Amino acid sequence: MRILVVGGGTGGTIVANHLARRLADDIRGNKAHITLLSDTDKHMYQPGLLYVAFGQMSPDQLYRDEASMLESAVDFHVDPVTSFDFDHNEVETESGANYPYDILVIATGSRIEPEEVPGLNEAAYNFFTEENALRMYKALREFKGGTIAMTVSVPHKCPVSPIEAIFMLHDYFKERGIRDQVRLQYYYPINKVHTTANVAKWAEPEFQKAGIEYETLFNLKEVDAENKIAFSEEGSEAPFDMLIAIPPHRGSQVADDNQMGDGGWIPTDRHKLTMEGYDNVYVIGDCTNVPVSKTGSAAHYEAEVVAENITSIMRIGTPVTEYDGKVYCFIEAGFDRATYNAFDYYNLPDLKPPSKSLHRFKVAYNKMYWTTVRGLL
Amino acid sequence: MSAEETKVIDARNTFCPGPLMELITQAKQAKVGDTLELLSTDKGSTEDVPEWVHKVGHELISTEQIGDTWHIKIRKAK
Repeated sequence: MRILVVGGGTGGTIVANHLARRLADDIRGNKAHITLLSDTDKHMYQPGLLYVAFGQMSPDQLYRDEASMLESAVDFHVDPVTSFDFDHNEVETESGANYPYDILVIATGSRIEPEEVPGLNEAAYNFFTEENALRMYKALREFKGGTIAMTVSVPHKCPVSPIEAIFMLHDYFKERGIRDQVRLQYYYPINKVHTTANVAKWAEPEFQKAGIEYETLFNLKEVDAENKIAFSEEGSEAPFDMLIAIPPHRGSQVADDNQMGDGGWIPTDRHKLTMEGYDNVYVIGDCTNVPVSKTGSAAHYEAEVVAENITSIMRIGTPVTEYDGKVYCFIEAGFDRATYNAFDYYNLPDLKPPSKSLHRFKVAYNKMYWTTVRGLL
Repeated sequence: MSAEETKVIDARNTFCPGPLMELITQAKQAKVGDTLELLSTDKGSTEDVPEWVHKVGHELISTEQIGDTWHIKIRKAK
């Protein structure tokens, strides 16, 4: 059986590693072959970007060689896929090669698209790429006082990141001794400060304690970079001295190029994780249109389900399990406290009180991630 | 999608990003005049969606409970 994984991020790497171990005998006996195609030879720990934006991690700590993360049985190539031919079970790559498959796993991630909002690129900082996170850190270091506005566009990956960033901004300026000269303004698209009700219920009084002001039902429409004002679809204005934006996201470029779904999000069965119309194509991680948060955690749990099902298809000819919507997210509540949110399709989110020990665990997990992506944790 | 068609957004049993975020995402991708039908098992959607629709200037068409699912239809007006 030819198993082809497209994408070397969290989901793609975990699924390939799980399969390489589960199917080790089959691979040795030439009954199974696992190929992973990526557009880069590096693997980035994306949640680390938030720490780079506050000077708490350096970019070199975010990367490992992708080849070093993979089981040796995985046939790894840096050769980005350019087109999918689902009816003939093959993909074409940038090098001009064709890769046929029996089972395909698409894990091509998402990308920021600040260009969707006029003026946003010119005016705003963000922490969703290495370059942008470093730029934000340098600007924060130079910031002497005034209004920092944080806007949140939809859809975006890591839905807790705006909450984490605003609390970290509070602690950052407290540490510098100029918190009283900085006005923190938080703007959110729906009528609460976070989409998950229990996170909003916890965060609102914390905002008040920290002196973080907020406006809800603010969907960013455009930014006047020259006069430093952000405008919402709802008709309000947000003046700022520094704008930090959670930019709108889209699915991957290759998904857009192949017109695989609205917004670049690939239509995916939320339980089976198969692509709409194709039982031999699985889709995991940010690139799906599954209604769960776009996080490494969701990609991780989805990858385990898909690896289990591909193994069982080889063993008994049928999948045996389904994705239950499980997500587990740490939430930094500043520089020294954290909590977490865990939920699935059937169980409401369960938020624990923030603690220093959970923050220390998150800091440890920033290194433990490399065992997760190897499929060991 | 033509103005007569309805795009159904199945946000049942979802907590993050949740029904209203899913609706806002789809509304951004829709054309003026399109109808969107949100399916939600969160009763809070019956208050959250009309509040957003009213403030942003879209049109609320109907809200109906069938079994444990709320069907909330809106029309993109701008």
